Amino acid sequence: MKVITSILATTALTVAAGSAFAAGHGMADSLTIVSWGGAYQNSQLKAYVEPYMAANPGVTVNWDESSAEAVAKLRAMNEAGNITWDLVDVEAADGIRLCDEGLAMEIDHDEQLAAGNDGSSASDDFGDSIVSDCFIPQIVFSTTFGYRSDMVGDNAPTDICAIFDTDAYPGKRALNKRPIGNVEWALLCDGVAKDDIYDVLATEEGQDRALAKLGTIKDQVIWWNAGADTPQLLADGEVVIGSTYNGRLFSAIAEQNQPIGMLWDAQMLDFDGWIVPEGLPEDRLARVMDFLKFATDTQRLADQAAYISYGPARASSASLVGKHAELGIEMAPHMPTDPANAKNVFVTQYEFWADYRDDLDAKFQAWLVQ
Amino acid sequence: MTLTPARKMPLSFTLPVVGASGGFFGLFVGTANGSGLMGVVIGFLMLAAIAYVVVNVAGKTKEKPARWALVALFIGLGVLLGGAPGVVMGLLFGWFAGWFAYFIGFGRYRQDLAPYLTSGQVLWEYAFRILCGAIFVFLITPIIVVMPLSFNAQDFFTFTPEMLRFDPEGYSLKHYRDFLTSSEWQGALRNSLMIAPAATILSVGFGTLAAIGLSQPHVPFRRAIMAILISPMIVPLIISAAGMYFFYSRIGLQGTYFGVVLAHAALGIPFVIITVTATLVGFDRSLVRAAANMGADPVTTFFRVQMPLILPGVISGALFAFITSFDEVVVVLFVGSAKQQTLPWQMFTGLREQISPTILAVATILVAVSIALLATVEMLRRRSERLRGMSPG
Repeated sequence: MKVITSILATTALTVAAGSAFAAGHGMADSLTIVSWGGAYQNSQLKAYVEPYMAANPGVTVNWDESSAEAVAKLRAMNEAGNITWDLVDVEAADGIRLCDEGLAMEIDHDEQLAAGNDGSSASDDFGDSIVSDCFIPQIVFSTTFGYRSDMVGDNAPTDICAIFDTDAYPGKRALNKRPIGNVEWALLCDGVAKDDIYDVLATEEGQDRALAKLGTIKDQVIWWNAGADTPQLLADGEVVIGSTYNGRLFSAIAEQNQPIGMLWDAQMLDFDGWIVPEGLPEDRLARVMDFLKFATDTQRLADQAAYISYGPARASSASLVGKHAELGIEMAPHMPTDPANAKNVFVTQYEFWADYRDDLDAKFQAWLVQ
Repeated sequence: MTLTPARKMPLSFTLPVVGASGGFFGLFVGTANGSGLMGVVIGFLMLAAIAYVVVNVAGKTKEKPARWALVALFIGLGVLLGGAPGVVMGLLFGWFAGWFAYFIGFGRYRQDLAPYLTSGQVLWEYAFRILCGAIFVFLITPIIVVMPLSFNAQDFFTFTPEMLRFDPEGYSLKHYRDFLTSSEWQGALRNSLMIAPAATILSVGFGTLAAIGLSQPHVPFRRAIMAILISPMIVPLIISAAGMYFFYSRIGLQGTYFGVVLAHAALGIPFVIITVTATLVGFDRSLVRAAANMGADPVTTFFRVQMPLILPGVISGALFAFITSFDEVVVVLFVGSAKQQTLPWQMFTGLREQISPTILAVATILVAVSIALLATVEMLRRRSERLRGMSPG
């Protein structure tokens, strides 16, 4: 009897929930989205938030530009039992961490996301960019180098090892104040074969070797914390070459007309995407899933590329990438995934960094203050 | 008023001193043009020569034409070395060179000082003034430097070559336009303007009452209560913020407008207590008894007798409380949520994620508004003092 009652109740609830879903009721009418601010957030606003709001009048969207400390804040929210975010934009590595800690919700990509417009299932369409069960990829970005084209003369760098060549390119360099990326480049320029880099880095000697190579230019480096730092330093002529996210460099070059050139060699490819915090109430979750299905479909991801030079994470979006919304220039050649730019790329190895990140971070910070 | 008669100084004193000032400025001009040492030498020789001409050839009788000629000469030099911005620099240098040569050469620097001072004391007097000036410059430059940058036509915190040439192309109001049209900035401004006054009213209300209560001799544990109320000022902000975050989350105040107002009021109360307590020290308690004697109840006494007398303390406490809330970023980052983003929050994330001069435009506007606000309060205060006959001005 008891069993039957509960089955009946469940069925009734499911039916009720289903019909409520269909009618658009039972969904919260506001959405708090966490992102990175700047041009990137603007591309999300234009490509999918504004179209979504137009299709669903009455829904309001609040932005919180806290992606940089998303992991810490989500932990605090979880502890305080008060999740105020609905959807969080994070880098792939943070997405994996949040998933492992149970702070992000697991998603059935094929079930809950739209299929590709070529008929492929969502998980095939996203392919390798689904780095974790919680992670819903949006873009492929790369950490790469920009150089002052007026400060290098006729000798524009084409090789990543130019950053270690202080004779040919005198002047300061801007590097990320984290080991990730820097140690790989250091080993590559110290003569380690590309395929062996993570094996070497897994050893104590390998890590010391990478830091020793970085040590050769340590007094010439300005360490940056935020993606906006390097474009500012390049615009000031404070550094001759510096690493940052490729979209920041594109904006400095194409939108701000700065004398900066791109060095795509050995760019570090990485993914950025959404995670849904664990423990959202029913109505808010329904709204988030509705938004996600819309915002990550083939067309929307391709639209985003009209505002920023990051590649769409779906394979089916690639052919739809068009021109820049304001400047009218073809965007495909500015994508990190464009064949001409992607002759020599690194894909950040998440498994390695998941295991070694804490150790290497500590070692790197200690090395910095030596 | 002249304390000491000015007299012409010997050339052996005038030439090195004026020359040294030339060397000092020459160092900067020389470094900008390639060689610092050359600049020092040329600057020294040039100003020494000027001093000689001014003191021995032009003299006091032709002071005006001599000084104008110097200004013209330096403007010419400025154009030669630096183009349009050189005109401004030349004008300033020319004026300074003429003034300084006469100031030293004819002993005018002693005019306003007592005649019995030794040369060492005179030197100290001027060193002291220069030191004070340097401290002032050190305090004010970071604020001043921001203002021209906010008119930058580019999206970077950089003085572009166009700006340094005074080319109108290099300047633009676009960052101001961005501030006034962007919904994010306008939302932040609205939030700030909603939160700060509400927090101020709460702080002033509670702070004033607490100060009055704590000034009554019969209240038990006065010192302990005072210490607790003042503690938000002393405890590191980040600790208060983290504590408030977890506490407010439990009781459902985190991420609400009222929660942020309450948190800011807690931060503002100590300022009000301190300023009001200070004015209460000079308050004559027999006035309260006199009012009571004449039949006024305590509330009437408070508003008609006590309040007008402690008003200056209340107002300055209110100003501090307002500024505390208006400038506060740490607590609001914890206690607020995306819906309560205030101006400082927006500036903080803006500086980290995108170095945009819109922040500088906002900063410039805020500086202008604060100057206007403080000037108004000061003028009102003087006016009321004048009306009440408290000051002769």
